[in-house]
Amino acid sequence: MASLKDIKRKVGAVAKTKQITRAMNMVAASKFKSAQLKMENFRPYAGKFMDVLNSVALRVESMTHPLLTVRDPKKIRVICMTSDRGLCGGFNTNLIKATERFIREKGKEGKEIALISVGRKGRDYFRKKVNVIAQKVDLLSKFDMTLAVSIADEVITPFIKEEYDELYLIYNQFVNVSVQKPTVVRLFPLPSIGQDTEVESDKRLDYVYEPSDEVLLHKLLPMYVHVLVFRALLETSAGENGARMASMDNATSNCEELISTLTLKMNKARQAAITAELMDIVGGTEALSKG
Amino acid sequence: MSDELILEVVTPEKMVFSGKVDEVTIPGTEGDFGVLRGHEPFLTFVDIGELYYLASGKKTYYAVNTGYAEVTGGKVTVLIETAERADAIDKDRANKAKEKATASLSQLTKEHDEYEKMHLALTRAINRISIADKFS
Repeated sequence: MASLKDIKRKVGAVAKTKQITRAMNMVAASKFKSAQLKMENFRPYAGKFMDVLNSVALRVESMTHPLLTVRDPKKIRVICMTSDRGLCGGFNTNLIKATERFIREKGKEGKEIALISVGRKGRDYFRKKVNVIAQKVDLLSKFDMTLAVSIADEVITPFIKEEYDELYLIYNQFVNVSVQKPTVVRLFPLPSIGQDTEVESDKRLDYVYEPSDEVLLHKLLPMYVHVLVFRALLETSAGENGARMASMDNATSNCEELISTLTLKMNKARQAAITAELMDIVGGTEALSKG
Repeated sequence: MSDELILEVVTPEKMVFSGKVDEVTIPGTEGDFGVLRGHEPFLTFVDIGELYYLASGKKTYYAVNTGYAEVTGGKVTVLIETAERADAIDKDRANKAKEKATASLSQLTKEHDEYEKMHLALTRAINRISIADKFS
């Protein structure tokens, strides 16, 4: 059995760990709040944008745009969006697993795959395993639309130049604080927009376009990509902090449990020491009185 | 035809403005245009420039960045990357951005990838300065 001193030291160490995990939990909670707020603030923008895009798509006669062209997919690019920091439970692990599975499946079909890594964790994992052609790390703590624009522009140009044929985005969809779902979305070629959605009749108003509707669509589609990427970034950031919050909460309660077991053990050891000492004294006095 | 005009200015970060106005002027890519109530449904892109609306006899100005504007019925929706109210513009920051952009532009040629980016940054900075100057 461990000595009293050892156990005492251990209790101290666990208590310190608990302090750290609780602090991390609180930091994550406040970051999560701001990430969630950002997400909520973005919702009207995304919603309005989709409204307009759909109504324009409905009215444009032929949807022809380089971003909509379907080619025989030989070369595939994948954007993998992880967090920059760890200690957030299975957040990154699950995503990386999903990405690996995806890459393996596509690899079996004989496709050529290149990876674009957003977030340090994904970069670190895939660096030596697959062909990582671009990376964006240490950006997620503070970002705005410009990050989404720069990510999107980096993939739009080579797609139009036909350097690759398909682009997938893999990110953690934010369901709620404790649930993030790894999701695979095909970005390019863009799935057709607005064709199958019924738009309410009052939105079918005929617009006056300035410039022409086709020019308009050509400008709207890249913006659509920006919106998609930005939303994924927001969900990643909210999900990361939500996951960290949950896992740090778990860690804190584990610490508490450990402390209570150790305290019990410590009390037993102390009692054992006292008993042993008492036995000694009793034994000593008895020996003296006999003497 | 509706008898009121509602303006909504939305950026990815937040809903900048939403409310009833009498008139709004937007810097479109094909030229500035004003919207009064009962305007035809209309859709156009917004350029870097100055947007203002008139409400209860008072004009409020914004420095805006690219995006687009949609007019339907009695509603104007402006979706833009950034919008700053004239009195909230940080002039020092704008001045710094202008200096930085000018400095890097002098080292770049038109063929350079960065050229267009810096040129846009310069336009934005100048726009913000001129709007801030007007109303400070």
